[in-house]
Amino acid sequence: MPILKFILRRLGLGVLTLFAVSVLIFLVTQAFPSDPAQAILGRETTPESLDALRQELGLYRPAVVQFSDWLFGILHGDFGKSFVTQMQISEYIAARVGNSLFLMVVGALFSIPISIAVGAYSALKRDKKFDTVSSTASLVLAAVPEFVMGTGLIMFLSTSVFHLLPAITLIDAGEAPWADLSGIVLPVLTLVLAVTPYVSRTMRASMIEILESDYVEMARLKGMSERVVLLRHGLPNALGPVFQVIALNLAYLAGGTVIVERLFNFPGIGSALADSVRGRDLPVIQFLTLMIAGVYVLMNLLADVATVLATPRLRTSLK
Amino acid sequence: MSQGNEISESVRPVGLMRKALKLRRTKIGLTVLLVIMVFALVGPFVAPHTQTEFIDMPNSLNIPDALFGTDYLGQDVWSRFLIGGRSILLLSLGATSLGLAAGISLGLIAALFRGKLDELIMRIFDVILSFPQILLALLLVSMFDASPWLTILSVGLSTTPRVGRVIRGAALSVVERDFVHAATALGESRFRILFFEVLPNVSGPLLVEANLRFTYSIATIASLAFLGFAPDPTAANWGTMIQENSAVIVVQPWGAMLPVIAIALLTIGTGLFGDGLSRVSAGIDRVGKGD
Repeated sequence: MPILKFILRRLGLGVLTLFAVSVLIFLVTQAFPSDPAQAILGRETTPESLDALRQELGLYRPAVVQFSDWLFGILHGDFGKSFVTQMQISEYIAARVGNSLFLMVVGALFSIPISIAVGAYSALKRDKKFDTVSSTASLVLAAVPEFVMGTGLIMFLSTSVFHLLPAITLIDAGEAPWADLSGIVLPVLTLVLAVTPYVSRTMRASMIEILESDYVEMARLKGMSERVVLLRHGLPNALGPVFQVIALNLAYLAGGTVIVERLFNFPGIGSALADSVRGRDLPVIQFLTLMIAGVYVLMNLLADVATVLATPRLRTSLK
Repeated sequence: MSQGNEISESVRPVGLMRKALKLRRTKIGLTVLLVIMVFALVGPFVAPHTQTEFIDMPNSLNIPDALFGTDYLGQDVWSRFLIGGRSILLLSLGATSLGLAAGISLGLIAALFRGKLDELIMRIFDVILSFPQILLALLLVSMFDASPWLTILSVGLSTTPRVGRVIRGAALSVVERDFVHAATALGESRFRILFFEVLPNVSGPLLVEANLRFTYSIATIASLAFLGFAPDPTAANWGTMIQENSAVIVVQPWGAMLPVIAIALLTIGTGLFGDGLSRVSAGIDRVGKGD
């Protein structure tokens, strides 16, 4: 089975990449200039208690041992303890991962259908008014950084122009994100606006290619209605390349939310990362960056596999 | 993968620019970009107050001495706004240049040498690409310090594989062409071949890529400042200003609004300009934020 072989090979490569990523994260965080024990105990401390804490945290072990213990722990579900809160990381994350997932899923549920519809319609109305307006709008949205767009939205919709929505999310970690639905409108809107341009642009390009293909011409010549031509021949074939873009943007939604969550005070993975970076909470930083990179690698893998499966030409060329 | 030996005018950077400037969006983009750049570079010299000077009560409006009032610490919003663009602009230019230089070199080397070296470079790229751009920069800057050099280095590093992939892709078809074979047969050094034979023939995609990377560098560096990692946290910086003043938007909107408008215009200008460039050069598709 060539497809199975391709997937396995790609999976192997993904695992290798993740291993290299974990080495890189560990190297960067190990080269940390300040001493974690010092950071926990603060300035007013004795050398003895510093020494004892370093012993307890295992900072005297050789780096290779520290690394392999860390990685081994993660593979066995032991993510370690936060330096700052002394909480188990698994517990700390558990209260937030659902929130981020919720934000990501809601963002995807809105952005994917909208961008496919906008992209397909722009392709139909190529170079007409709708296409020009939507392509310029997507250009503008793609260029502006999320925190700038988000702050702009806050000023427009909640503080300075209209007063329709709360500027920040008022839920705590561990609380269900739907407890404050009006509070998640702005974060979701920011994410949707950030992601939609990419998917709709790909959809437009792909749809234009299909509409100009011989078999669509053939279908038209056979006298099929335009509706049938579009829905049966155009749309399904145009979606192939869009899968990859969707997967990559889901990965973005998972990782790039650091900014958006921070901006709206949304208690998820992204704001947890921002907090841990601020507090120099080493184990939490290590774990969260590895986790986000893991999602990235996985999404890339799914994107590659989905593209091959959805494109007959690639599928048959596998050896 | 020989693509024929004709060199169309559009691959030459000058021809490409001339063609692109016929489009209205390129003209608008370039104008906006230049205006904001001049503003950010000249601003520090015309600012009426210094960036940390105490002017009046915090968050006041309608002060004769301060056009847009004072910020959350009682500093002059207008002066901080005039001063705060330079650092972002210069750091972004530095990071983009570094990322381009490294990405071009590695991409060209990978395309010319192929084989094991190519494989190695691409796998290293994969590792760096496993991090969202802001995440890698944030990790490095927070672990060490947000000095200007480290900011340039970390954003440049995360830019390198993105540039490298595009250049490698574009160069792969060029290295198969006859004039490269001819140069090899004439005994030209590989360095000369890479930079004098291959590079000029990928300058179209390169120009588009350079512009795009500049847009994302601005976004990343401003976002780092927003997260509290500007080289100097007390200095005026558009990203820092948005973060500091967003809590007081209701009473004093200018402190956040002016930098929001400036960063938006800067990135939109770059984006429009880049879109004009990519429309007249070969089809280049972007698939994701920061991709």
